[in-house]
Amino acid sequence: MPIKVEPVEVNIGPQHPSTHGVFRMVAKIDGERIVDVKMVVGYLHRSMEKLAEERTFTQNIPFTDRMDYLAAMSGNLGYCLSVEKLANIEVPERAQYLRVIFGELQRVASHCMATGAFINDCGAWQTPVMWCFRDRERVLDLFEMTCGARLTTNYMRIGGVAFDIPDEFLPALEKLVNDELPKAFEEYEELIVGNEIIMMRARDVGVVTPELAINASLSGPMLRSAGIAWDIRKADPYCVYDRMKFDIPVGYNGDAYDRMTIRIEEMKQSLRIIRQAVGDLPGGAHKTDVPLAIRPPAGEAYSRVESPKGELGFYVVSDGGPAPYRWHVRAPSLINLSVLREMTVGQTIADAIVTLGSIDINVGEVDR
Amino acid sequence: MPHPRTMLLSGEEVADRIRRSLPEAVQSANDAYVVLEPERMYEAMRVIRDDEQLDGKFLTQLCSVDMVTRIDMVYHFASLAQNHLFEVKVPCDHEHPVVASITPLWSGAWLQEREVYDLMGVHFEGHPSLTRIFLWDSFPGHPLRKDFMSLPGGQKPGLSQFPKQVSGQTGQEFRPKNPGTGQ
Repeated sequence: MPIKVEPVEVNIGPQHPSTHGVFRMVAKIDGERIVDVKMVVGYLHRSMEKLAEERTFTQNIPFTDRMDYLAAMSGNLGYCLSVEKLANIEVPERAQYLRVIFGELQRVASHCMATGAFINDCGAWQTPVMWCFRDRERVLDLFEMTCGARLTTNYMRIGGVAFDIPDEFLPALEKLVNDELPKAFEEYEELIVGNEIIMMRARDVGVVTPELAINASLSGPMLRSAGIAWDIRKADPYCVYDRMKFDIPVGYNGDAYDRMTIRIEEMKQSLRIIRQAVGDLPGGAHKTDVPLAIRPPAGEAYSRVESPKGELGFYVVSDGGPAPYRWHVRAPSLINLSVLREMTVGQTIADAIVTLGSIDINVGEVDR
Repeated sequence: MPHPRTMLLSGEEVADRIRRSLPEAVQSANDAYVVLEPERMYEAMRVIRDDEQLDGKFLTQLCSVDMVTRIDMVYHFASLAQNHLFEVKVPCDHEHPVVASITPLWSGAWLQEREVYDLMGVHFEGHPSLTRIFLWDSFPGHPLRKDFMSLPGGQKPGLSQFPKQVSGQTGQEFRPKNPGTGQ
């Protein structure tokens, strides 16, 4: 007969290595099992949506770096697309290809980080995460070469990109895409995907059913792990994604292991896209001439991109002034967290850590 | 058959479908969005989710806009099966904004509604746990309201003091004349 014990509340976070930032999870446990989970967020809240109302459209681009600071390029891109949609601005071909290249490089960097941190959460302390960091650094070196910054890149502009790529960029990129990263991904496959310990650790942990995934507005690898092939790059192509050939990896079980393998497969697909984009990269201007203090006509626009975390949407309302009247961010990290309770209740604390790691949240984006 | 590229449904199309089962639920409709009656919105939302043609199974996002005289709730719905997107607005009172919570219909709404409650002060009837999410409980006011943090005399800091439209101004005058020299 099981012994009944009093439920105990355990605080995981706000300062805890496995919460990926200042995120607090209050787990009520009965013995080893979790019976209830409460999440507390807001420690990193900077009220960007309010701040943006007092700054020009161009001045708001750096905010998007600081939301998802592991995928700054995707944030830049999503925001610039929404303002371009509002103001009806044509972007030159070269800029569109550069946006695709940098968006995909950013996906590789972000997924490297997610994979490494996930393995860390599984208990493989430090070595795998350092391998992933090594490959992420290689991508960040390219960012630094182009725009001078590694994390908060502030690279996209309304109407194009800030700088053209330097001469030494393409040789370095080709070496990375054709040689260094494919080798690294082979290592990942051997070390992680086929690893029996990881399989036993992550299989059937944090399961999401397809019905729940759609009802809870999940996106990105979270949605695809449940077997739904939904990718904004395919469904609602922006930039020149409609000219690229790539596949959408999907999972079947909706568990943590599926999400991790999807990320590794997505990185390979990103390399495929980058190779095509580099091959077709046209010449010409990297930016159209757009006024720095742009005043889009009064109206509203919603545009979305597939960021590494999921569907990143920007809803911009303009009243004809130099600053947005209202600016709302559809943050995939926050919305993906809405199933945390369903995923973790009934599991052990150790599995909850793995589940949280597999959601791949970024607290900068959760709190904004 | 899903559309190869996301199609934006016009507000009139959406209004037509809603009117078939709920004739009084639609306030107005235009190209971009449909405006629902706040009192009938919960039933209309159920139609949006369950209607075969609208198929709004996926709540893309929800947010709020302070229109000074009223507060607009803005919902975007998508159909993953048919690949379309449409926008729905629900106006509510500025002083005491109350709308029905759609969390019972879409579980993805519960964090976003808490966010709107926290930052804009809209109350959601029927929400399971309507508490502040980002700010602490004793925080005074709701920051995304336009009257939050105005200076004495009703002025607001920053760009709001700029004239809305200046004839002939393109923004080029803000560019430095000799880039790199600080002039």
